[in-house]
Amino acid sequence: MFEALGYIYPNESEIQWSILIVIYPFISGLVDGAFIVASLERLFNVKSVKPTYRLSLLTALAFLIAAPLPLIAHLGHPERAFEIMFTPHLSSAMAIFGYIYAWCLFVVLLLVIYYDYRRDIVRWAEEKKGLRGAIYRVLTFGYSDVSEESVRKDEKIVYALILIGLPSACLLHGYVGFIFGSVKANIWWSTPLMPIMFLLSSMVSGVALIIVIYVLAMKIKGKQIDMNALDTLASLLLVIYVLDVSVELLEIGHMMYMQEEGIGLIVRLISHELFTTFVVVQFIVGALIPIVLIVVGKKFGKAKVPIYTIASLLALIGIFAMRWNIVIGGQMLSKSMAGIVQYHPEFFGREGIMMAIAIMVVPFVLLTILAKVLPPWEEEYA
Amino acid sequence: MKRRDILKLSAFAVAGVAGAELVKAFSLDKYDANRHYYVFVVDARRCIGCGRCVKACKVENDVPDGYYRTWVERYTWLENGELKIESPEGGFNGFPPLKDENVIKSYFVPKLCNQCENPPCVQVCPVGATFKTPDGVVLVDPKYCIGCRYCIQACPYGARYIYPEEGKDTARWNTADKCTFCYHRLKRGLKPACVEVCPTKARMIFDLGNPDEKAKFLEIINNDRVAVLKPEMNTKPKVFYIGIDSEVR
Repeated sequence: MFEALGYIYPNESEIQWSILIVIYPFISGLVDGAFIVASLERLFNVKSVKPTYRLSLLTALAFLIAAPLPLIAHLGHPERAFEIMFTPHLSSAMAIFGYIYAWCLFVVLLLVIYYDYRRDIVRWAEEKKGLRGAIYRVLTFGYSDVSEESVRKDEKIVYALILIGLPSACLLHGYVGFIFGSVKANIWWSTPLMPIMFLLSSMVSGVALIIVIYVLAMKIKGKQIDMNALDTLASLLLVIYVLDVSVELLEIGHMMYMQEEGIGLIVRLISHELFTTFVVVQFIVGALIPIVLIVVGKKFGKAKVPIYTIASLLALIGIFAMRWNIVIGGQMLSKSMAGIVQYHPEFFGREGIMMAIAIMVVPFVLLTILAKVLPPWEEEYA
Repeated sequence: MKRRDILKLSAFAVAGVAGAELVKAFSLDKYDANRHYYVFVVDARRCIGCGRCVKACKVENDVPDGYYRTWVERYTWLENGELKIESPEGGFNGFPPLKDENVIKSYFVPKLCNQCENPPCVQVCPVGATFKTPDGVVLVDPKYCIGCRYCIQACPYGARYIYPEEGKDTARWNTADKCTFCYHRLKRGLKPACVEVCPTKARMIFDLGNPDEKAKFLEIINNDRVAVLKPEMNTKPKVFYIGIDSEVR
């Protein structure tokens, strides 16, 4: 009977998880999606995506290395960050982060890349001179046997690692969804669908990123774009995006139909504070338009390339908006169930927009360096 | 008895009491947490919204401006079906008089950490910096807290905040902070600052390890209808409210 609006608890005047925590799931989602693209070729034998296979692995590595940056920058005591690994409190969903991260980085990705590149590294170690040659000689780790038998062994190891890696990558990101989905105090977050939404959206963003990076790299290198690979990736993007949007609409539909406490606030949030980022950017510009573009683009010949690229860029913006709407949106709902907290991100400062942009640049710089050291353009062996 | 004797006697008495207090203060290691268990009762019918508790808490615990270990809310029911909730500066300076004419009823609700029996903040802390004591209080170890803020997200009551660098206590900078029932006072056998200064005894604390206090607490439970906040969260709060409506969150 009585409806209260406009009150927030006095300690809620600041948003706790800032734009840096929006960046984190965005980056870790890209890792996940890129790894899934790589696994398509090895695990599911989708040969058409072979031109993007190694690029996906390097992309996953570059973004995985950058992933903890926003988290550490956000901590009140960054110097204690490793306590999560040394003295984890295992009842916390956050406590196993360090282990999952280390597992994905050291056990899965670095090993996959090492074994996948080993034959090339041995060859480069012989061919290249000076510093480059020295780097490759170190990277062989003294194991320079490239007999057919040993290369076949490498391939088997890579297959096994990707087999383990695929669920690990899903765990890395699905688990981030669980961290949010398990906060019972927050009506916008607490849903078991959260890890599923995170997983699907991460695949969308990862595939979209690989499309963009692949097209850009080919343009820069002046090489022919493999249309078959691009078509396969675009189809994959389309299917996953439709699934992702369906699950997200299911979540919203469920909330609207259940009419539980706080629904008034949620409606207010979607129709006012989050209208631009949620309805316009996430659903229309970032999801509906790219989906339509891909469907239409399939009918074109060469014009497909810019259409797919634009669709992928829009999808990336859409998924970024989704992270924003979840992380920031959830915190805008006061736990008093009676008000909305406003968020005005600062521009400079430790948790400002500049910091977020700087962190977002890091994985691209890393990727450029990685692609120089470990060129992902596979060369034929006689 | 001469005046001089009376003076002498009272001087001895004062010295004795002070001495006893000193002994108490220095025998902290004798405090056995396993022999105490604290519960808090807020009688909202008695609260006059003066804000003395908020002030006392700020001083006692070095709580910086804009942050609250405790605060007071005013709930006002209007004839048109509207419910107004307010807490200007946490009630630090009291409340302005109500101007609405169509008020059905209005009362104050003091808030503080509920020291939950099943605390979500403790569950989610990734390093175990926040923990439950045997005497039923939830504390934060500022030497251990990494400042990830997950506990603030997990608390359904808005009881936590990050202690800012404007705060006097540098040891707590950038770590999670909240009401401790004035644990440093409890250990000395004293009441929390807010309980001490409340002019209407709206705030009460009971040590269930003490038979007399337990009897008083049970008397309240027997005679009044008590409620906890957000029971659906299954946090099992240990702050019990008398005289609030179910709309209070």
